[in-house]
Amino acid sequence: MNRPQAKLTAGIDWPIFGMYLALVFIGFLAIFAAEYREGDHVIQNLLSQNKNWARQVLWFGVSMVLALGIWLTDSKFFTATANLLYAFGILLLLVVLAIGTGVKGSNSWLELGGFRFQPAEFTKLCTNLALAKYLSSMETDFTKMRSRLIACAMVLIPFGLIILQDETGLALVYLCFFLVMFREGLPGILLVIAFSAIILVLSALLVDKYVLLYVFTGIAALVVYFMRREIRRKRSKLMMIIGVWAFCSAFVMFIVPFAFTKVLKDYQVRRIEVMLGKENDPKATYNTRQSMIAIGSGGFWGKGYLKGTQTRFDFVPEQSTDFIFCTIGEDFGFFGSLLFLGIYVALLFRIIFIAERQRSTFSRVYAYGVASIIFFHLAINISMTIGLAPVIGIPLPLVSYGGSSLMTFTMLIFIMLRLDADRQMVLR
Amino acid sequence: MSVFNQPRKRVIQMIFLGMVALIVVRLFFLQVVETKYSKLADANAHLRKVIYPSRGIIYDRKGRSVMRNEALYDLMVTPRSVKNIDTAYLCEVLSITHEEFIKRIANARMKEGPVRPSVFASLLTPEVYGKLQESMYMFQPGFELVLRPVRNYTYGAGANVLGYISEITPGMLNDTSGKYSAYQQGDYLGMTGLERTYENILMGQRGIQYLVKDNLNRPQGPLENGDFDTAAVAGKNLRLALDIDLQVLGEAMMKGKVGSIVAIDPQTGGILAMVSGPVFDPNLLSGSYRSQNYNKLYLDTTKPFFNRAVQAAYPPGSTFKPITGLVALDEGVISPDFGFPCHGGYGLCGRFIRCTHSNPGHAANMRIAMANSCNSYFMHLYRLSVDNRKWGGVVNGQVQWTNYLNLMGLGRRLGIDIPGEVRGVVPDTARMNYVYRGSWNSCSEVYVGMGQGQLILTPLQMANAMCIIANRGYYYIPHFVQSIDNDKSDLLKKYKQKVSVAEHISDEAFSTIILGMEDVVTKGTARGAQIEGIAVCGKTGTAENKARIDGKVVQLKDHSLFVGFAPRDNPKIAIAVIVENAGFGATYAVPIGSALMEKYLTDTISTKRLPIIQRMMETATMSTEMRARSKVDSLNSVFAASVERDALLKRILSK
Repeated sequence: MNRPQAKLTAGIDWPIFGMYLALVFIGFLAIFAAEYREGDHVIQNLLSQNKNWARQVLWFGVSMVLALGIWLTDSKFFTATANLLYAFGILLLLVVLAIGTGVKGSNSWLELGGFRFQPAEFTKLCTNLALAKYLSSMETDFTKMRSRLIACAMVLIPFGLIILQDETGLALVYLCFFLVMFREGLPGILLVIAFSAIILVLSALLVDKYVLLYVFTGIAALVVYFMRREIRRKRSKLMMIIGVWAFCSAFVMFIVPFAFTKVLKDYQVRRIEVMLGKENDPKATYNTRQSMIAIGSGGFWGKGYLKGTQTRFDFVPEQSTDFIFCTIGEDFGFFGSLLFLGIYVALLFRIIFIAERQRSTFSRVYAYGVASIIFFHLAINISMTIGLAPVIGIPLPLVSYGGSSLMTFTMLIFIMLRLDADRQMVLR
Repeated sequence: MSVFNQPRKRVIQMIFLGMVALIVVRLFFLQVVETKYSKLADANAHLRKVIYPSRGIIYDRKGRSVMRNEALYDLMVTPRSVKNIDTAYLCEVLSITHEEFIKRIANARMKEGPVRPSVFASLLTPEVYGKLQESMYMFQPGFELVLRPVRNYTYGAGANVLGYISEITPGMLNDTSGKYSAYQQGDYLGMTGLERTYENILMGQRGIQYLVKDNLNRPQGPLENGDFDTAAVAGKNLRLALDIDLQVLGEAMMKGKVGSIVAIDPQTGGILAMVSGPVFDPNLLSGSYRSQNYNKLYLDTTKPFFNRAVQAAYPPGSTFKPITGLVALDEGVISPDFGFPCHGGYGLCGRFIRCTHSNPGHAANMRIAMANSCNSYFMHLYRLSVDNRKWGGVVNGQVQWTNYLNLMGLGRRLGIDIPGEVRGVVPDTARMNYVYRGSWNSCSEVYVGMGQGQLILTPLQMANAMCIIANRGYYYIPHFVQSIDNDKSDLLKKYKQKVSVAEHISDEAFSTIILGMEDVVTKGTARGAQIEGIAVCGKTGTAENKARIDGKVVQLKDHSLFVGFAPRDNPKIAIAVIVENAGFGATYAVPIGSALMEKYLTDTISTKRLPIIQRMMETATMSTEMRARSKVDSLNSVFAASVERDALLKRILSK
């Protein structure tokens, strides 16, 4: 290892580091705004740690220590321990399933000496490392079905375990690894199929199932009619069309109703229905409604920092964690939100840029993983605050209050920065 | 597909950008295009707190305040904050049971929710307040005492004139016309009388303090440092034409009687006194026992809330004769010298209508007929007026005659500044057609010439008609309020304008009527109205009245009436008095009316009149059974003993 002795910061990617600090700082401001009341004694609160923003400062300190530790670690350590960490992560998820503590409808927390900790957050990092390790190993040929299935399994095992903990939102984030796999050669048609599947699910929820059945049958008949020559040549095509038709119909007629009545929890069903505009129960819509009022009342320029009435006076629930974007939307308006989203987009693009300049597959896959995780969090979290997605509680990366979340994203990013600093090395 | 031919890096970037673009578009619609969210946010977070100014005070013509603003206290409760208190002791102080305590807390919870204060016990009596205040520390923070301004009526007089204030009703709160938009639940406002008419003046301008509140409606501090707040402006004071001496004296004499007194200053239209019997003390409707008293008065058989001075219409009887005479003189159908041969009745209409006099010459001319109050004479004058040849028929004659009366404020609302005034009835052609099924002549309603039949007037109209005669042709709209302190609006403008209705009537005609009325006092039926050194003009009335009881029309005891004004030249007071079912006008109405005239004109009561007033105050015209059923007098004596009133009355009667 021939790292220059002179500077500790040698090789660090300053733009990423800068944007990281900016987002954490904005997060602190937003949490502070959500909690601060006129006349609060700031120093006292900070010392007594009785406010979320004060605790967030502490978490930031802890994160910085972690970051420094990672920065001083050899890159090879991550490749070497990736599989071990993954196994450890899966073990933690199993432990949580057995003895997890319930917080607001989910059983995904572990109590460790007074601090609560959410392994599902941490496992993202492990999965990302392990996936990178697997895809970069000499034996893996990602054009082979077998390798693809193994990679999928690596993602779907934690996904399934987290679903079992009732943390649907966190579990959904694991689907982001398919984007990574797409980058590494998973056929594009899969993305199309995934997209079609989303359309199928949405239409199954919104449109009457019998109407859909007729529509599917009609489409299938038309396709058969227009492809009749090819079908005459190749019988299997007909079978395929019939197969797709049968699957879609079965999905609409049986799977969705079954999922709604047997698999999903009542509150989840209600949230989905609220999001789709099918239900108008004011209690069920309260969160989304208040969140939209807060963001919508911000206007173009916003009400000004600490001037927001909705977030400051507790109209918006969970406002320092899942609904932290409300504070930004209300206090800084459309303009501020645009800038805020701009920082994220810049961060994502910078990470992709970094990913593409890596020599080793491990680093590239890992960096894409980081980008995809942040993207999924961002998209789902903000969509839910503005009524585009059902309320599934996942934090906004680096901004939402919460130690597990902040530390996980810090580790994700700093491992990437460490790998990037050593990008001349080929890691396996 | 072309998109997949691009480098996969690009595809991923496009997915990222596409999603963020979707979010931005949605944000644009939420924050920039849609405006309803900021309104919803304000509705969420702003709390309007109303600061109540002190209500304006009402003064009489001599600047004596008729009322005070008194502070009473409500005990408010915030259910969620009630913790570890000595419930038994609180119940004992408020003298309620423990069940009642639980019930009230539950009610409060239902009304305003658990974290906002609502009324637990309203308008505490001073004794309860005293006890509570000492031990309040035991019940805090759940309970607190909140000040409520309440009226206290100094002289306990003028209930129907002043009106009362009470809590706004659900109906008013739901009113969509915007009339009550400034009020909110629990606000007090004027319900009747002057309190209602001048509500906007008396209530002042409420201050509004904007507060921000949190999701549980708890106030969190001023909005924008109070930049949008407005300060409260105290209500303006009213200065009345009312003379509290007359009011108190009149009410004292109306005790035990059903009827009304209206006294007006003819030169200004200002009302000097307005009494409606049975009289109740306004203090009954203010303070701790308000609701109990209200229910008792509301259900009382004698209808004390019914302001008979403006809401009841009576047959004027002989007190109407000056008007009949005036109309006939002005139409030129007679001269003042016109005489009528009355021999104890009127027989020109196919039936014999009795007159109280039969001696020849008692109706030799207008003046004599007026002094003797000859029924035949004035019935004949009515016939002459409507059958006047220049009108070309009785129908047009009746139209013209009705016109005269309407001009003089009879059969229409005068526009007094308290609510509830009624029109009375003047038999116009429509009414005649209705009553006589289209076929009638001057004989059909010949009784109206002497103030009976299809003619009923309010005491206010009778008194106002006296103003017109006293002023010889004009009046001012009768009103209470002479001026409003610090008010520049033209609210009172209409009361300052002379209404010239009968100035075309010759001075000679007025003189004839006025001299006739003077004769009534000097040598006629109203001799009891004489005041030494002052030329008093008046007319008594003894009005027949009937009621339909059990399907049969029954004649009741006559109403006792008196109208008049004084002095004859430069008149200062015009008056109408009616005592229901009390017999002759001279028996009750004249002594009551003349006592008020004397008090007002000379500011003293002559020694020979003192025993008469004493008798008026002590005699009831209501039957004992009726008085027993009515609770008014007992309520007055139990709940509203007024030291000031008794002292004032004593002072008035001391000389």
